[in-house]
Amino acid sequence: MHALRGVDLDLFAGELVVLLGASGSGKSTLLNILGGLDTATKGEVSYCGQSLTNARDRELTRYRRDHVGFVFQFYNLIPSLTARENVAVVTEIAANPMRPEDALGLVGLQERLNHFPAQMSGGEQQRVAIARAIAKNPKVLLCDEPTGALDSKTGTVVLDALVRANKELGTTTAIITHNAGIAAIADRVILLGDGRITDIHHNAHPLKPAEVSW
Amino acid sequence: MRALTLKLWRELWHLRGQVLAIALVMAGGVSVCVMSLSTYDSLLTTRDTYYREHGFADIFANLKRAPKSLARRIEALPGIASVEPRVVAKVNLSLPDFSDPISGVLVSIPAAGPRLNRLHIAAGRMPDSRRDEVLISDTFAAAHNLSSGAAIQAVINGRKRELTVVGIALSPEYIYQIPPGSIMPDFARFGVMWMPEQRLATAFNMEGAFNDIVIQVQPQATIQDIIDQLDPMLQPYGGQGAYGRDLQLSNRFLREEFNGLKMMAYLFPAIFLSVAVFLINVVVARLVSTQRDLVAVLKAFGYSTGAIAWHYAKLVILISILGIGTGVGAGAWLGRGMTSLYTEFYRFPVLLYQVDPTMVLAVVLITTAFALVGSLRAVLHAANIAPAEGMRPENPPTYRLSWLEQAGFYKPLAQTSRMILRHLQRRAGKSLLAIVGIALACAIMMVGNFQQDAAKLMMHVQFQLAQKQDLELTLIEPAADQVLSSLSALLGVRYAEGIRSVPVTIRHQQHEYRTSIHGLPRERHLQHALDTELKPIQLPSAGIVLTKRLADNFNLNVGDQVEVEIHEGQRPRRMVQVNGLSQQYFDMAIYMRRDKLNELLHEGPVINRVALAIDERYQNDIYRRLKEIPRIAGISIRQSVIASFHDALQRVLVAFTLINAILGTVIAFGVVYNTIRIALAERGRELASLRVLGYTRGEVAYILLGELSLLTLAAIPIGFLLGAALCGFMASMMASDLYRIPLVLSAYTYAFSALVVILSAAASGAIVWWRIRNMDLVAVLKTRE
Repeated sequence: MHALRGVDLDLFAGELVVLLGASGSGKSTLLNILGGLDTATKGEVSYCGQSLTNARDRELTRYRRDHVGFVFQFYNLIPSLTARENVAVVTEIAANPMRPEDALGLVGLQERLNHFPAQMSGGEQQRVAIARAIAKNPKVLLCDEPTGALDSKTGTVVLDALVRANKELGTTTAIITHNAGIAAIADRVILLGDGRITDIHHNAHPLKPAEVSW
Repeated sequence: MRALTLKLWRELWHLRGQVLAIALVMAGGVSVCVMSLSTYDSLLTTRDTYYREHGFADIFANLKRAPKSLARRIEALPGIASVEPRVVAKVNLSLPDFSDPISGVLVSIPAAGPRLNRLHIAAGRMPDSRRDEVLISDTFAAAHNLSSGAAIQAVINGRKRELTVVGIALSPEYIYQIPPGSIMPDFARFGVMWMPEQRLATAFNMEGAFNDIVIQVQPQATIQDIIDQLDPMLQPYGGQGAYGRDLQLSNRFLREEFNGLKMMAYLFPAIFLSVAVFLINVVVARLVSTQRDLVAVLKAFGYSTGAIAWHYAKLVILISILGIGTGVGAGAWLGRGMTSLYTEFYRFPVLLYQVDPTMVLAVVLITTAFALVGSLRAVLHAANIAPAEGMRPENPPTYRLSWLEQAGFYKPLAQTSRMILRHLQRRAGKSLLAIVGIALACAIMMVGNFQQDAAKLMMHVQFQLAQKQDLELTLIEPAADQVLSSLSALLGVRYAEGIRSVPVTIRHQQHEYRTSIHGLPRERHLQHALDTELKPIQLPSAGIVLTKRLADNFNLNVGDQVEVEIHEGQRPRRMVQVNGLSQQYFDMAIYMRRDKLNELLHEGPVINRVALAIDERYQNDIYRRLKEIPRIAGISIRQSVIASFHDALQRVLVAFTLINAILGTVIAFGVVYNTIRIALAERGRELASLRVLGYTRGEVAYILLGELSLLTLAAIPIGFLLGAALCGFMASMMASDLYRIPLVLSAYTYAFSALVVILSAAASGAIVWWRIRNMDLVAVLKTRE
């Protein structure tokens, strides 16, 4: 069984891509390989001309640390750290980070700096996660079902934050979702099914998150 | 197999590392308990059987010389079952190829064979009264490799005789063989021998008379009543005061040793069990919290609260069975080893090693009960979760900023360091218990080395500060102090110092204690009484110097008057004033100026012990000359006492220290490993998230290892305090008339305990590091907290 077969894909600087597929379509595997969390058994992966194909743990760690920002479905915040500190976890080890306060400002949480995850709503927690992901000024932002655990109203706020980061910082952003409605905000939509890319299409006029519904 | 049972076994297997760690801690406690109790039990049974089967006497008395008719009068006293008058002679021995002086005791065997203190003949035959034949003690035989047919030169009553060994024997009277005036057995330089009475009486000028008597009383008789009747009868014949088994040297040493064992049997297991209970609690609580939803589902399916509680209780019982089984096995094995180690010092004809099944059953029940009680809260908590509530995820842990953080103390810290501190704070109770657990491990290890430290200090005080003589001579009779000048004249003798020692009973209010007064010369170079700071005391011009411990026991202060009864001559009773306090670890002797003691005894300037400083080069010449002097009853060589002490230390304490180190390691490892495994389980998700965010393995490991280091570092000083307290407690419990153990802990003892704790922590750390290396990052991100 292969989770992915014959996938040939480029992600371009500054674009916002939505990877759309049902569960089991291989989208998470693709994201994990793009993010340096997993390696492919066959084929090649490269980032800015640098090969990640046979990279060892140390190189993959370096790659994630310097270039990739992650947003997860279940936020994965550190419960013992405040919002500001959760962002600082990343800025402390990054080469060219923004201030944690600024990153939280970008997602509209400048008032919640000293709150612990347990004191925040799901949407707020996910925005902290986004702030944490963008605070290092990453080249790539990978989001795995960022709205999966949220209601649609909160989801819109979170997507807004992602779009804003993409536009203002020029971060290449890939969002995984099984939710077709979200695809409308992307520059490019990649459809996955049974481990293959079944379709790629461009949105000439991407919608704002507030304009889509799911 | 039922599904739940299957689940149980799978979980045991899944938690095997932690289960093993807990089982080992339990096994540690159970094994010490079984080892100590079975050793104690076995030695006690062996001793009692030996005493009973060989007719160990109840009352003992030494005297100068009494006609045999006196023995018959004593036998007629009410309450007396059996009386045996004997001749006991102190002798000097020499063996070819052994230049050191050997002291010995010759005990008479009645013509009809001893009725009391009957001998166990291990080899050879009974000696013939027509020849100078003897039985010798097995330790002396082993030390010199003597067997039947060997010849021993003896000076009996000033005359040289050649004794022929015809057999090897053991006696209930000499289970613990200690040369008179010494503190340690010295098998090569002290020998006990038995000779037919007729022969010995002739050699010792005791025909028709006796100088020693042993008595067995009837079961309903009171020992003290009989002693009270006996003393006036013996006094005209130089009786030094009869005494019961409690003061009989061999029996007394045995009793002290057994008490130490008994204490170990209770104290150590208590520590181990409390640590095991804590660990079980932590592990079961963790297991239950990860299985909240599962418990909820089971309850939703119709499993009762009781069934679920029983399910988790079974887990605890299985862990207990593993720990207890291992502990009982190891304890029985160690107990056998320990018992045979003791029998190197205590001579028993047979060793009855046994593990009492009722004792084992009690240990099993108590340990299991403790384990169940320890996990009760967690188990009940699991069983009582309402199904609907259990199926919802647990609320994320709440953290708060402590006042330390609000004051800005955490500002300079990296986020990972903050994570460590916040986690410790939030679980303050558990962190504290983990610290106490590790500290107890540290404390237990200190106990093993403490005994060595204490023994070394006791030796140092005894032989470097208090008694600096190379040789000590005991004279048969008190002699005028001119004897010193003739001894000083021997080639190689640098200095001789005379001492007058006399056995006494000291009485104050309801207290009384049998000891000796040592009269020391005013000018002293070899023998010192030490004050409580271990500095030599200037002996007061009048009155006595009492050991602080005896003064405390008797509620006496400097300036108080006490009565001393002299066990010599007319056994006079005199009042003396306590004019100083001294420190002694061995014995509780009384010191005074020799001339004052002579005055107290209404005698001229006489001495009965001589301390000698000699030139080592002439050692063998001096030994040879001394052996020829008939008035010398015994010679003790400082070097050989020290050597035999070290030998005993090596054999007993090293084994003990090793056992303690292993036990300490087990506890330290058990606590640290469980703590960190649970921390890893609880925080695996956080750590994986950090790895995804680009943290290296080292940086992630820092969070767990940092926490572990903090716990360990906090535990070590607490362990030092607990260890010192534990050692102090042991020292006070083990203090007896025979010795007092000083609370002294060397830097090595502290360092060793800390090092073992650190190494145990490092081993746990290594396992965690390995787990972090192999952490599955992707899997963690897919799961909800």
